[in-house]
Amino acid sequence: MSENFDIEIPPAFEHLAMVRSVLSTALEAESVLKEERLQDLRLALSEATTNAIEAHNRSDTEANVRIRITVANTKVTVRVTDQGDGFDPSKLKKHPPVTDPERLEFERGLGVTLMRRLTDSCTITQTKKGTTVTLVVQR
Amino acid sequence: MSVLVIEPTFEVAEYGRWAVMRVTGEIDMATAPRLRQHVQTVTARKPAGLVLDLDRVGFIDSTGLGVMVGAAKRMRMIDGGFRIVCSQNHLIHLFEITRLNEVFDLYESLEEALTSVEGVTVDGAGNPDGVAT
Repeated sequence: MSENFDIEIPPAFEHLAMVRSVLSTALEAESVLKEERLQDLRLALSEATTNAIEAHNRSDTEANVRIRITVANTKVTVRVTDQGDGFDPSKLKKHPPVTDPERLEFERGLGVTLMRRLTDSCTITQTKKGTTVTLVVQR
Repeated sequence: MSVLVIEPTFEVAEYGRWAVMRVTGEIDMATAPRLRQHVQTVTARKPAGLVLDLDRVGFIDSTGLGVMVGAAKRMRMIDGGFRIVCSQNHLIHLFEITRLNEVFDLYESLEEALTSVEGVTVDGAGNPDGVAT
């Protein structure tokens, strides 16, 4: 048995806080996740939603970004779907080692790393219609 | 559609020749430009060092981390120090998984961050004396 929570937001960054708030409210009600894992998923969701909004802005589309939170017995799944131009995560420029002074030249590009490190599974699926990021955290 | 935004605040004080910026609220793609603007204003004054106090920050995303990388770079360009106050476990976790804890100097309290700073005295309650700007 599972329960779904659906959110649709216009592609504007000021809605990010609301998206995080909905996730917290949905998961705090029955202590679905431990606080630490909830914080991890909040950040991963925020990163995925940021990327989706950026994709819509690049594509100049005003369509909503769709988010579905699914709470099941063993896991929480979050899907963020956009209708943007997509991106290839394998083409992301790799950051220099932290000991390299050149590391300070890279202010962006940590979002996908965070999504992967903070969840048990992070899948990025691209179609002609856009991109879906699926984040899974085990309960 | 009403929008929930936890507005960040940025409070700057001088401690000797160092600047301390206390940040509150949530830092994400919507609010990071304001943090970047405040950092640029402070670093333009060329302080001997900059401390970012994040103890009352509830959330930081990769954009916020990027602003901190930029702040560290700006301070390095003027041969200044750069320190971060952060005692919250979820923020420390964030620095660790990005390995930025190896780039930044992290401290558990403002007192600790300013201990070795010339011209800064710490009062009986353990609070450094500073001047709000």
